[in-house]
Amino acid sequence: MIPAPFDYAAPATVEEALTLLSEHGDEAKVMAGGQSLLPVLRMRLNAPELVVDISRIESLKGIDDTGDAIRIGAATTYQEVLDSDLVREHLGLLHKAVSEIADPQIRHRGTVCGALAHADPAGDVGAPVLALDATMEVQSRGVVGPRQVAAADFFVDLFETAVGDGELLTAVTIPKHTGWGSHYEKFVRVSHQWAIIGIAAAVRSEGGVIAEARVGMTNMGSKPLRAPGVEAALAGQPATEEAIGEICARAGEGTEPPSDLNGQADYRRHLAGVLTRRAVLAAAGG
Amino acid sequence: MTITQEPQAGTREVGRDRRRKEDQRLITGRTKWTNNIELPGMLHLSMVRSPFAHARITGIDTTEAKAAPGVMAVLTGEDLKDQQGSLPNAWPVTPEQKAPPHPAVAVDRVTFSGEIVAVVVARSAAAARDAAELVDVDYEELDAVIDLKVAAADEVLAHPDLGTNESALWVFDSAEAGTGDDVEAAIRDAEVLIEREFRQQRLIPSFMEPRSVVVDPTGEQFVMWSATQVPHILRLMLALTLGVAESKVRVIAPDVGGGFGGKLQVTPEEVITFLVARHTGKPCKWNETRSESLLAAHHGRDQWQKLTLAAKADGTVTGLKVQLIANMGAYLGLVTSGVPILGAFMFNAIYKFPSYRFECQNVFTNTTWTDAYRGAGRPEATFAIERMMDELATELGRDPLEVREQNWIKHEEFPFTTVAGLEYDSGNYEAATARAKELFKYDELRAEQARRRESGDRVQLGLGVSTFTEMCGLAPSRVLGSLAYGAGGWEHASVRMLPSGKVEVITGSSAHGQGHETAWSQIVADQLGVPFEDVEVLHGDTQISHKGLDTYGSRSLVVGGQAVIKAAQKVIEKAKPLAAHVLEANVADLEFADGKFTVRGAGADQEGLSLTGLALSVFAAHDLPDGMEASLDADATYDPVNFSYPHGTHLCAMEVDTETGETTMRSYVCVDDIGTVVNPLIVDGQIHGGLVQGIAQALWEEAVYDDQGTLITGSFVDYTLPTSADTISFVTDRTVTPSTTNDLGAKGVGEAGTIASTPAVVNAVLDALRPLGVTDIVMPCTPERVWNAIQGAAHQPVVEEAAPHFDESAPNQDTPETEGGTL
Ligand SMILES: Cc1cc2nc3c(=O)[nH]c(=O)nc-3n(C[C@H](O)[C@H](O)[C@H](O)COP(=O)(O)OP(=O)(O)OC[C@H]3O[C@@H](n4cnc5c(N)ncnc54)[C@H](O)[C@@H]3O)c2cc1C
Repeated sequence: MIPAPFDYAAPATVEEALTLLSEHGDEAKVMAGGQSLLPVLRMRLNAPELVVDISRIESLKGIDDTGDAIRIGAATTYQEVLDSDLVREHLGLLHKAVSEIADPQIRHRGTVCGALAHADPAGDVGAPVLALDATMEVQSRGVVGPRQVAAADFFVDLFETAVGDGELLTAVTIPKHTGWGSHYEKFVRVSHQWAIIGIAAAVRSEGGVIAEARVGMTNMGSKPLRAPGVEAALAGQPATEEAIGEICARAGEGTEPPSDLNGQADYRRHLAGVLTRRAVLAAAGG
Repeated sequence: MTITQEPQAGTREVGRDRRRKEDQRLITGRTKWTNNIELPGMLHLSMVRSPFAHARITGIDTTEAKAAPGVMAVLTGEDLKDQQGSLPNAWPVTPEQKAPPHPAVAVDRVTFSGEIVAVVVARSAAAARDAAELVDVDYEELDAVIDLKVAAADEVLAHPDLGTNESALWVFDSAEAGTGDDVEAAIRDAEVLIEREFRQQRLIPSFMEPRSVVVDPTGEQFVMWSATQVPHILRLMLALTLGVAESKVRVIAPDVGGGFGGKLQVTPEEVITFLVARHTGKPCKWNETRSESLLAAHHGRDQWQKLTLAAKADGTVTGLKVQLIANMGAYLGLVTSGVPILGAFMFNAIYKFPSYRFECQNVFTNTTWTDAYRGAGRPEATFAIERMMDELATELGRDPLEVREQNWIKHEEFPFTTVAGLEYDSGNYEAATARAKELFKYDELRAEQARRRESGDRVQLGLGVSTFTEMCGLAPSRVLGSLAYGAGGWEHASVRMLPSGKVEVITGSSAHGQGHETAWSQIVADQLGVPFEDVEVLHGDTQISHKGLDTYGSRSLVVGGQAVIKAAQKVIEKAKPLAAHVLEANVADLEFADGKFTVRGAGADQEGLSLTGLALSVFAAHDLPDGMEASLDADATYDPVNFSYPHGTHLCAMEVDTETGETTMRSYVCVDDIGTVVNPLIVDGQIHGGLVQGIAQALWEEAVYDDQGTLITGSFVDYTLPTSADTISFVTDRTVTPSTTNDLGAKGVGEAGTIASTPAVVNAVLDALRPLGVTDIVMPCTPERVWNAIQGAAHQPVVEEAAPHFDESAPNQDTPETEGGTL
């Protein structure tokens, strides 16, 4: 598979990258890990004139403890997230979800922010990031400092986010959920597949009772979804199947998931109910 | 990297688990395959393909593409129509068989999405690909027929000029053939009658190395390198299709990364690359993308099966009637029409059915053409009969293995002539089954199943049974003749004794991953008493291996290996006069063992004469007996006297999550009887890979078109091919009942796993769900289909479930109507 010809630039700073993007308008494409962009180019579904590779921008690399939150820069790969003690300790849910993405080759190149910017509803990081109340940093040219966009406002639609033309997603900041139990339930037919659906659950328990719960859903609509009704109803319930089964079964209510070869919408809604229960119980147990 | 191996006891090579000679170069990639061949001045091809399933081509504008950088030529069907001939179909299954002309490049009409309409030739692959985007084709869409049952209704025609979608109707009837009774009578008198319909979904062979062709027209001969299974057949067919002298064509299949039947073809791309190389006078290369491979390399299976099984109340089967519709796709490829017919001899499987009838209606549709895929006809047959035997057992409330045993051929009854007219030479189904049950812990699992059923466990356990036999070692030429196949089924081999003591073996059976180099070396080492390492096996180049019929149909060892043995035996015979001359003995008094000639009765301390030493003497030719030719080399062409009939019993345990429909394999045991084993490691590899391919048909793989004839499963995102991460560790074992039809006692193994595993898995899934009222699930058994089956059963009154399945809306008749996944 050979993409159409394009120019390539690897700027060293965010400033330079933004300049290139504004000069080339929608003829330019940002590339982070390239794991979604390159397939698109190779299949000739898109043919930008310029690819702006942000993976060498030092200031976009790394994972930092900001006190209440963990900040993950836009040039940070999935593998770096998996290897990070900070993420393991404070963002167990993200860790679990990332470990289920694709295969090691892809995880060594693909980035969390690239996936968020790509906004494929079947992608695995959207739901946990949404469930954990993350904030995205979006940088425009000529503006001092990034805009802060709450995850709930970030995802707009299929492949569409709050990142505008010529803008860069520079980092995602996720509040610490230290001590929370978490589980990511990814439903696939073969191991290397995209999620048919995925349920991200984080639970803070107090003596066998759910004190707080967060539930995010992958591929249950045109963007990552959260199940606030379920979250609210779970609070105060004992972490048992009897207590939460009915509540979780409602997770898919009102959603409009896709219908495709892997399942019709009603089947996905049914799965959401079952898998939410399983994910919450697993999260509460561990 | 080096592959090392502990020395093993014993002197015989056959039976040793030799590490494969070819693996080091294959695994490290330090070898030649078609796409890494670079020739000076080479041009690159890119194909322009139709997005429509059926359309008239009303105009092609190549101006812009021709003007693009690096482009040397853009050729359309109009440009090539007088040279390209019609791609071959070697198997007119009936004298009346209908087939449209099969152009390499469509001329005025496209008949499936993916058909080639133009070819761009450029200095680089990238330039060719860029310019392909600029070829402007005008189409006028025509009605397309996609589904095989719709095609059989003959309302929309795939090829209006043919006047029908029906290509051929092929019938075998045991009463007419004199091999058995009248099946209609058996059905009329049946105490138990079971009627079912099954769908063999369409599959895509998905070999590891995409197809690739290089043609060098410079020099006296055209040299074609191709990632093909069939260099010899390809050479002949190119000559016949294009009217080129066969002697002016040399075909080389370098190392080839798998085929599974998918490279048993003479492809449009091979013909086009040849024509373009001739047209431009330059070496040309075409290398496909995976998307092209999924779209336009031939597909496999795709049958609708209707079965009627008649039995007595005690479980004895009295007759089987099989009615098939087989989807040819848009054209007849090399053996497209014959693939379903190969199944005709296998629906009766290992059983003693007294009456049998097989009807197969081949139909055209506007889809990629189908052709051989691992097992070719036999997996379809085995699936259907093994599903039916389970249905019979269920109907009678009996154990599925017990009902099978009641009907199968007992070991003391061999040789046995079946109701389909084949003579099975040997087998022991009891022994294989007993061993499989023991390894599987059949009784323990049944007890666990009962517990789970009783407790209403969310996860139910199902045990699936499949037995099988297959006709392999294609094929006795006379049988092929009687089936109107266009060629014979022999194989050729040569053994060359080099003066240095090394041995070259040339085989006409063209390996593409099977490990012939290792296995043939083991055979020859034993035959000639030379070290394994001293044998070199050459294949896949029509100038080195000038004669052969290539690799498919589990034929290589039992036909090609036997040819090697015959050639080796001739070498020994040719050496005898010289040995007698040197030893001053009579030829009749010579013995040959462990690589040495000795004189019978001359005592144990005689030194003897080594064959390799004689090879040097023959090379020098200083002192040969009068009249002896100065060569020990020998050729042999072996035509098998019969097929070989491997068999086996496969047992599979599946856990089914009744809440989600998810299925998980718990254990898989297979005990195969493939006769004598040359290399157990290679055999295990064949079995494991075969099992996964068969399991994939049961659970994962399906090529799906939408109503317009667009392939939805056009990438591995949607065509869900399993990987090792999706499979479990299989338990494999063997019983050994040697074949009587070749000197090794071997039977074919290349397709066994694929043939047996599909029904074992589906039977297991159904066995888990029968108490819930589920009677069938269409393949692949996706979680959604399983879940729907459970929901459907839960909402149906129990009486209806036993009704015959001939309803159009029966659950196994639907084709998914949905769109593909995400990228
Ligand atoms: C075979 C395969 C299997 C996969 N399986 C999974 C899976 O199971 N689950 C899953 O979640 N994902 C999967 N992926 C996708 C993978 O996660 C991608 O890496 C990820 O979606 C994109 O991250 P990236 O860094 O590679 O982004 P890129 O491919 O570099 O970019 C993706 C898109 O986002 C834009 N972009 C990237 N970074 C920024 C930024 N900082 N600011 C603004 N725009 C930006 C790009 O312009 C592009 O449009 C798979 C990919 C492949 C190839």
